Amino acid sequence: MTIPHSPPGTQVFDGPMATQGYALNKLCYSFNEAAGREAFLADESGYCDRFGLSAEQKAALLGRDVLALQALGGSIYYLAKFAGVLGLGVQDVGGLQTGMSTDEFKAMLVDGGNRRFGEYDYE
Amino acid sequence: MSKIIGGIATSHIPAIGVAMDKGLENEPYWKDFFAAYPPVRQWLDAQQPDIAIVFYNDHGLEFFLDRKPTFAVGTAAQYLNADEGWGIKPIPPITGETELSWHIVNSLVEDGFDPTVCQEMRVDHGLTVPLSLMYPGHNYQHLQVIPVCINCERHPMPKPSRSFALGEAIGRAVESWSGDKKVVMFGTGGLSHQLDGERAGYINHEFDHYCLDQLVPNPHALTRYSNGDLVKIAGSQGVELAMWLAMRGALPGKLTELHRSYHAPISNTGAGVMLIQND
Repeated sequence: MTIPHSPPGTQVFDGPMATQGYALNKLCYSFNEAAGREAFLADESGYCDRFGLSAEQKAALLGRDVLALQALGGSIYYLAKFAGVLGLGVQDVGGLQTGMSTDEFKAMLVDGGNRRFGEYDYE
Repeated sequence: MSKIIGGIATSHIPAIGVAMDKGLENEPYWKDFFAAYPPVRQWLDAQQPDIAIVFYNDHGLEFFLDRKPTFAVGTAAQYLNADEGWGIKPIPPITGETELSWHIVNSLVEDGFDPTVCQEMRVDHGLTVPLSLMYPGHNYQHLQVIPVCINCERHPMPKPSRSFALGEAIGRAVESWSGDKKVVMFGTGGLSHQLDGERAGYINHEFDHYCLDQLVPNPHALTRYSNGDLVKIAGSQGVELAMWLAMRGALPGKLTELHRSYHAPISNTGAGVMLIQND
């Protein structure tokens, strides 16, 4: 079952998203290998074409637009490998997604985490 | 007659492995987090389990989206860790176990589960960070490890109640095995966190404490959630509660909580630790 009501600010990675993002995620999966990372950095555009990314996915990847990449089917687990190639950690990526600097994002975590979209009852 | 001696739940955040590699355990950011582990290590040292069954989730090392098992069980004599693409140093080979592994697979199928069976599988930080935490200096080669991988990456994922039931079935399998070994269960991952989207950085301390409170005496308070509930309440990656539930399901006896700790944030995560003895 697809998640019926995903929380605001959350892109639930389900079958339709995985279908849309398959080539993009496969490209990022190749970053597990040093050869893939080197080939991408040597020719980013050509590497996107090799994996058959759509024009929108390619533009988002070349533009390091993490939110757009997710909207186009990128899974955060594979986008994290892309971030690694760029020398970014998960907190840098958190900042990019929330419109904060990395330090602001870290401070927000220490301050209790990102609750700006509300909370849900658990009991 | 084998004996399930207990269960250990722990977070498996990659940054923990990096911190251990760099010797940062006593730095202010990490000190309180790592202080939770010596009691667990001492218990393991005193108990000397022969086999650890480790419930974890793969993050795109062994399993890509082309074939994504809901449940996968390793039956290999050895497991290798590898580069995940972003700077966690791979750890030395992990010793496997074949006899109980196959018994578990057979028993699971008889019990109505249909796992993917892996005679070769690379294991990622979901499994290796807990091993590094429990056995500093990578001193774990004497321990035989059976990896049980649960899909937490792409929906649909197994329902939390199903992961708990998988654990119950594995507990029954161990108890019905003729081998004379001490077995410990590891549940790795969680607690609340979200890595993706504008809601990245979501942590729910109150829910995490609720999970720690309920896990031993009342796990069904947690298995009643759907994955959709967990995404909302605990963040997208809060679904990793699945592995804690599987570990808990695998403990059939009289349970005593010996130790717990909660520390948030570690990286982007509410990091919990629990040690449960099974008598």
